[in-house]
Amino acid sequence: MTAAAGSIGTPRWERFTPTERAARGIVYIVTAVALVWSLRSIEIIPEFLYDAPEQTADLFVRMWPFDWAFYPKAIHAALIETFHIATLGTILSIAMALPFAFLAARNFTRSPLLNWFAQFVFVSSRSVNSLIWALLFVAIFGPGAIAGTLAIAFRSIGFVGKIFGEALEEAQKGPIEALVAAGAPRAMVLTKGYWPQVEPAFWSVALLRWDINIRESAVLGLVGAGGIGVALDAALNNLYWDQVGLILAVIFAVVIATEFVTSFIRSRII
Amino acid sequence: MSVVAASAAPLRTRAFPAQWSARLAWVGLCLYTIYAASLLDVTLARFVQGIENGARFFDRMFPPNLAADKLALLSTGMLESIQIAILSTFFGVLLSLPLGLMAARNLTPGWLSWSARGLIAVLRSFHSVIVAILFVKAVGFGALAGILALIVSTMGFISKLFADAVEEMSMKQVEAVRATGASFFGVLAMGVFPQVMARFIGFATYQLDSNLRNSTMVGLVGGGGIGATLFTAYQRFDYDFVLTILLAIIAIIMAMELVAGRLRRIFQ
Repeated sequence: MTAAAGSIGTPRWERFTPTERAARGIVYIVTAVALVWSLRSIEIIPEFLYDAPEQTADLFVRMWPFDWAFYPKAIHAALIETFHIATLGTILSIAMALPFAFLAARNFTRSPLLNWFAQFVFVSSRSVNSLIWALLFVAIFGPGAIAGTLAIAFRSIGFVGKIFGEALEEAQKGPIEALVAAGAPRAMVLTKGYWPQVEPAFWSVALLRWDINIRESAVLGLVGAGGIGVALDAALNNLYWDQVGLILAVIFAVVIATEFVTSFIRSRII
Repeated sequence: MSVVAASAAPLRTRAFPAQWSARLAWVGLCLYTIYAASLLDVTLARFVQGIENGARFFDRMFPPNLAADKLALLSTGMLESIQIAILSTFFGVLLSLPLGLMAARNLTPGWLSWSARGLIAVLRSFHSVIVAILFVKAVGFGALAGILALIVSTMGFISKLFADAVEEMSMKQVEAVRATGASFFGVLAMGVFPQVMARFIGFATYQLDSNLRNSTMVGLVGGGGIGATLFTAYQRFDYDFVLTILLAIIAIIMAMELVAGRLRRIFQ
């Protein structure tokens, strides 16, 4: 019977519809064209490439041995400052992002205009890089840690607000309606209805952003916004590669330590 | 009546008892904030001064500079940034495929997956700006240093997510393909890739987006692209041109987010 059906023409199974296949084909072609265009028109100076292996070897030879005496002199204080910039920036960004997260959550704020406004704030915050935020704040507040803290805070608003707003939207209505029906004041609906449901998301986004901010605050000093980046910038400009090597090693150690700390806290409280 | 009842019966347990440990933690957080703010020299006087500076700063920024020669500079820088993003995403993603497969613990022997994971951890731990500084020293100023730096960060990000996706896939299909006597590459092509390709392309489009953002940043340290244009304008106090560049960056990134979202939907 199947053979008979086969001679009439079994429906051939195909994974994609013709439209899907066409869409994929167009994407492949556009990708290839974009790639060829970029490869052909990107400006690479070949003279610089001839001695690249020597330069790289030179880089590492000059880095070792590290200038250990430099650590107590300048790095330690800068490292502590970096830690404070990242932590304070994260706290500040959460404080600023929370109102916008509530505005962005469509189940909490029933006004499309306000939802859209909050989304716009998030996108602008995320589009501008922390280094560029730092440039702007250095121009306003002058060089120093305050510019770095604000740069970290403004860059993080979009990230924290977007994720926390999405968590608020996913909150179940049941407990909230129960509280409203029992006549709970609005503050109580927030703290007892929404908060227990979004608390895990809140802590996980706060920890994740703190982890990212530690890395980011290490480079803010390159534009004068305080922290260990200032020491790195000075060492680079003076071509003290043994100090540069030490600073890079310290940043590496701090980043690894931060990862351990955040994963430890995450396993404890979430 | 309820007030009387509540005060008359103190033994009744409250619905939401106070959590002293949580309150203590909040107080500690407030104390830390004040301490850190004082340490970083955040004072009211400085803040007021900053507001004044900020007003002057914004005054010089508006209106954005739209002169023809500036727009030509802008478009050159922006095109270079886009090229950096495309090339670094393509080569980074290409290199992440083998690295991610090597790091997947359900496909490769332990020594290989752990060394691949170690390499990924090293690639991830440095900020792309720091990597860019090292590449500027190695290959000189220009777009190539930026591309290489972003390839490193792309590999760190994509290989890790790809390895995790491969580890989460169903092993049944892989075992079925293996049982037919397929070679290792046959297993990859027929058992592994169909399961993880959609997610992989999702990561790649996300990375294209994020490389475009970061390509505006590596220019600040000599990695080419719009970041270099921005930094020059900033150092020459051309704040009105800085604003033009910032607005262009935001517009391009929003457009790229739309494109990336469309791409993800096509490959779902």
